[in-house]
Amino acid sequence: MDLSILITSVLAASPPIVFAVLGETITEKAGVINLSIDGSMLLTAMIGFVVALKTNSVFAGFMAAMIVGSLVVSIIAFVSLTLHQPQVATGFVLTLLCRDLAYVFGNPYAHIPGPQVVPTPIPGLVDLPVIGVILFDQNPIVYLSLLAVFGVWAYMFKTQPGLKLQGLGERPRAAFVRGVNVTLMRYIYTLVGGAFVGLGGAAFSLMVKPGWGRPYGIEGTGWIALAIVIFGGWKPIRAALGAYFFVTLQTAVNTLHGAMPNVPTQIFPTLPFPLMILSLLLVTIGNTEWMNQTLSLLPKRVQRFLIRTLKTLQTSPPASLGTIFKKE
Amino acid sequence: MPWNWAKPSEEEVLDHLIANNNKATELFLRLSAIPVAFVLSIIILLMMGASPLDAFSLIFSGAFGSSGRLAYVMTAWVPVLLCSAGLLVTFASGFWNIGIEGQVVMGAVFATGLMQAFQHSLHPVAVLILAAVAGLLGGALWGMLAGVLRLYGNVNEIFGGLGLNFIAGSLTVYLVLGPWKRPGIASTSGTEPFPSSLWLPAFEGFQISPIEILLGLIAILIIAWILRGTHFGLGLKAIGKNQRSAFLMGVPIGRRMLMAFTLCGALAGLAGWVLVVGTSARHNLFPLISSGYGFLAILVVLLSHLSAFWSVPISFFFAAITMGSLQLALERQLDSSLGGVIQGMLVLSILITQGLKSRWLRRGES
Repeated sequence: MDLSILITSVLAASPPIVFAVLGETITEKAGVINLSIDGSMLLTAMIGFVVALKTNSVFAGFMAAMIVGSLVVSIIAFVSLTLHQPQVATGFVLTLLCRDLAYVFGNPYAHIPGPQVVPTPIPGLVDLPVIGVILFDQNPIVYLSLLAVFGVWAYMFKTQPGLKLQGLGERPRAAFVRGVNVTLMRYIYTLVGGAFVGLGGAAFSLMVKPGWGRPYGIEGTGWIALAIVIFGGWKPIRAALGAYFFVTLQTAVNTLHGAMPNVPTQIFPTLPFPLMILSLLLVTIGNTEWMNQTLSLLPKRVQRFLIRTLKTLQTSPPASLGTIFKKE
Repeated sequence: MPWNWAKPSEEEVLDHLIANNNKATELFLRLSAIPVAFVLSIIILLMMGASPLDAFSLIFSGAFGSSGRLAYVMTAWVPVLLCSAGLLVTFASGFWNIGIEGQVVMGAVFATGLMQAFQHSLHPVAVLILAAVAGLLGGALWGMLAGVLRLYGNVNEIFGGLGLNFIAGSLTVYLVLGPWKRPGIASTSGTEPFPSSLWLPAFEGFQISPIEILLGLIAILIIAWILRGTHFGLGLKAIGKNQRSAFLMGVPIGRRMLMAFTLCGALAGLAGWVLVVGTSARHNLFPLISSGYGFLAILVVLLSHLSAFWSVPISFFFAAITMGSLQLALERQLDSSLGGVIQGMLVLSILITQGLKSRWLRRGES
């Protein structure tokens, strides 16, 4: 396959996962785990499609999906931040609940055609050699996803409020002492993250995989998004690269089929999921004791190289991720 | 020696009363989640333009309308019960075993593999028993792997488990369409069904095997005993309550966690075996054979607040809702996932009422 075609198609298929990964990165940076992504992406995909169909406006579809995405996480925020109940349990229940709600409410709208986002080449830029076709002959949502990656990165690491956001997840007590309303700010970032996830869900049903059905075919993607956040080390750009890596895997396995005609076709679409999760091993294995012991047995040169590689890959979560913050 | 030693102090009496009072409020709050979930489900049905009364009576008759339907409920109940028993162990130690779905699948894969290999050479009873052992081993292996990934790879058990679920799913698709495909056509509907000699024996006219039900109940009894009365179980609970003090008390955390995951996986694997050989099962291996029963069991254990005793009726109730709501899709233009919505609403309501209670108590203190 031509490389530029591959990149173009990966970019075109990636916005849903990129948005979801960005949203979860924001939420987790603030110290809250939103485990409901897998279900809420299905729910927001369905809502986005149905609203766009009824109003005949793709924009309204995206808006509705973002609102529903925020509503779902507002339950997690309320139950965990206000009521101090476990986040993981709430998120897990919501992921199943949202999935089932999506199937129940989406039932009458399965397999019917509806509106979708149309490609809009950017005049002028599209004529640039090579990158013109790759970057500037895409859907508006693709442009938005690229902007979002850099926007979230810049906000997080280059602004004052971004610094406070990092403090929420790392040392909420220190942030509190400096006058930050920890609970309120966590609420806000959780809702913002949920809106991003909703945007991702609608990007599926209004662009990448237009329409609705049961099963819709994106089941499991939300779990992958959660894994990519870890893979991305809670950094927006690295997380986006993780998302592109996953979509590339999805595209690549389809071409594998030609090389292995004896293997049943249905197996290929399932492969990127375990692969992505197992790649987590690469970023976590570096800080295990036995790995360090094994490494110390190797010749110095190899050792230094391996340690450096593992250190680069290694990530660690915000120190207060998933913990309850009490004022007193 | 003071004579009033045996007599509790006023303070102790008060503590006791408060504790008992809490138990009553606790029960009341738990029960109050039922009407809340019920009302929310009614609202959803009205939004769908469906009659709630009609839907609920369909679910009820779908679960208990005939002995055949009750048999289906039992067939779903036993795997959920077995998985709940296993999850009680991992939850007691404070770990999330989301890999349970994959463990059920691997139990079914190992059991099917063994039965395919020996069904023509051994006595059916021997094949069934060996298949149960194979199922146990398959699930235990998959459970242990999730623990190993956590312990030696530092992969969070939630994601390690999910990865293993995905692998088990891919493997089943490969087996069903590849090496174990039906003679003639390969189809995702599954492998060639086993003959009725390899089904668990059932009652006359009631398609449910007492063996399944006994297995499920024995499993939950054993787990209740392990958690309540053994050194191993108390160690697990200590880890779940406070990992650091458990470590200081000399509980080998890593080893205990591995054992908890292995034990849970073994029970899930047994559930996989039931899903292949159970009387009202499909008697073959097919993709998604776990039918979400593992995740359903997570909800059961959350709802029962880690109580082995309450897991029994709750898992039965959930199995009835799951099977009963299949009728919604068959007889009305509704989706069978409505059952899942009711179950999810119940657990969510419990989490909220529990939180409200503790918030209210905190208010009272300050």
